Amino acid sequence: MRTSAAKYVIATGITTILGLGLTACGGGSESSAGISPQSMADSLHSVMKADRTVYTKLIVNRLVKEEKVIKASEHWKDEKALVLPAQMFRYGAEMVAETNSDFNYSLLSLWPVNKQNKPKTEVEMAGLKYVAENPGKNYYGEEELGGIKYFTAVYADTGVAPACISCHNEHKDSPRSDFKLGDVMGGVVIRIPLKS
Amino acid sequence: MPLKKHIAWIAWLLVTLAILIYLVIRMIGSDAEKSIFLIGETTHGHYQIEMACSACHKQPFGGIESLQSACMDCHAEELKQVDDSHPRSKFTDPRNAGRVEILDARYCVTCHQEHNKESNSGIGLTLQKDYCFRCHSDVGDDRPTHRGLAFDSCASAGCHNYHDNTALYEDFVEKHLDEADTNPHGKVLNRNLAEFIRMTSPIPIKSLMAGDNDAPAAISNSKLDVVQEWEKIRHAISGVNCTGCHHLAGDKAAWTDKPTLQVCQECHASETSGFLSAKHGMRLRQDLSPMSPAMARLPMKTDSHDLSLDCNSCHTPHAYDTRQAAAGQCTTCHDDEHSRNYTRSSHYALWKKETQGEISPGMGVSCATCHFPRETVRISGADRVLVQHNQNANLRPNEKMVRSVCMNCHGLDFSINALADQDLIKRNFTGSSSADIATTDWVKQRVLERASAKPSTSETQE
Repeated sequence: MRTSAAKYVIATGITTILGLGLTACGGGSESSAGISPQSMADSLHSVMKADRTVYTKLIVNRLVKEEKVIKASEHWKDEKALVLPAQMFRYGAEMVAETNSDFNYSLLSLWPVNKQNKPKTEVEMAGLKYVAENPGKNYYGEEELGGIKYFTAVYADTGVAPACISCHNEHKDSPRSDFKLGDVMGGVVIRIPLKS
Repeated sequence: MPLKKHIAWIAWLLVTLAILIYLVIRMIGSDAEKSIFLIGETTHGHYQIEMACSACHKQPFGGIESLQSACMDCHAEELKQVDDSHPRSKFTDPRNAGRVEILDARYCVTCHQEHNKESNSGIGLTLQKDYCFRCHSDVGDDRPTHRGLAFDSCASAGCHNYHDNTALYEDFVEKHLDEADTNPHGKVLNRNLAEFIRMTSPIPIKSLMAGDNDAPAAISNSKLDVVQEWEKIRHAISGVNCTGCHHLAGDKAAWTDKPTLQVCQECHASETSGFLSAKHGMRLRQDLSPMSPAMARLPMKTDSHDLSLDCNSCHTPHAYDTRQAAAGQCTTCHDDEHSRNYTRSSHYALWKKETQGEISPGMGVSCATCHFPRETVRISGADRVLVQHNQNANLRPNEKMVRSVCMNCHGLDFSINALADQDLIKRNFTGSSSADIATTDWVKQRVLERASAKPSTSETQE
């Protein structure tokens, strides 16, 4: 009896392992097809957008505009102030660039405060124009930079809180001073290198 | 013919072997013997450690990434401290691939080549000085004041610095327009170790007297003068007994007459780290013999040549008089024009007044005031004022000194102009500057232009 029971246990174990193995192989065949660059970019952007909105609304706008307990400044270290939402986003992008080469992202605008953040490539220019003129839509394209082919996605970056609007309208280097809440102020550009 | 051919081959083999043996002997020999492998004269910043080849050449075939990693081993923290204006991440961004093709700023060695004295500019730069042009040729479009300027003038003292713009960014300059040349009440931060310990340590400091010394009796009895000296200094006042320093690194129970730098490091980690990063201590960091004035490229007094540098070279053992370390010790070795003129300067006159108690502590200007500046560091939630012992951190380009040093007592415009006049520096700032850097004028002009272009911007946005 004990031997039979042991056989059943062993058989059950083997079946379970095989079952799990096959399931894993099945999963593996799906993942070997890979997530599409567009899905990956969309997913990354949804996380970026959520984090940035939370920081802008719950931290910066609340503490600076509503409760007025602290300033936000691009010279945050010197002025012991909060990091601006755009800087928070860029510092994150720099940190990713230092640790991960699977994707890259940046925050650009047709009306940048810092001229280095104006569009440089044709896809950036076309994408920023497209998302500004087509609210709610994203722009996808491919481009070759430095000998590497990239899938490039551009997402609208809108002014989600009064702090965004007043800061950009009042900044001495801003080329525009008529932004309104909900306006597209720029775009998030995500690049994913494509394997040849 | 075959025999002749064999002889030729044997001769070639013997000559090759002889050369190989010669090179191996040179490689395992003294530093002087190894120097045959140097491919060119090293820069002023690295010549002290030029025989520690692996400090930079970490892997024999590591390529440029390995070199970059070595640069970062020593310089990453400095760049982080000054919020590097051109970080590597800016150039690894694919959108800047076109710029990288023009100037590969992902790697330090693009601008700072070693063993290449011919093109060395004195600040470790080996590119032509007009490198800014490669990316900023359109600067005149936004800045009319910059139209027609020569691109080798961007980095003149007081205008722009490729890495460190903490004192030069426009909003900072705007905040410091129209400042007086000198603030008569200017002073540096006071050191606050005792206060810091009171704030952060649950154990109160117990000062020690001569009778409290814990040195072995045979030693303390034979060194009564040393014990008396110790009683008067900060170590005793702060409760640091003889064995607090006189022990072997890593073994507090083992007495030694000559404590090493590693023991100082146990309490003075930040100061030691700075010392090991700069010219005085960088050889020790690479396990080379200590730096000595004889090795220096700057003029040094001949009778100091045989000295070797460690903590006790400036901080005389047992006396540990920081005032002596701040001014008196430097000129026992340094013999350049700037150093020799110190005692003729108004800075020295103030230092003399401070040491004589005529003005408040921190108002005098010693060598260390400028070259070992005090800085506030937040540790365990409390502010600690530390002396930066990396005396090279703010030296070249010298505008790095503007904010951390000069502006403690002087206005921004005055400071920029003073540091732009090399003759004034040689005179140790006796006299006035002949330089007239336009930085503050141009920022003022921008402020006026903005005011006239947008007279009521802030009101309309509310």
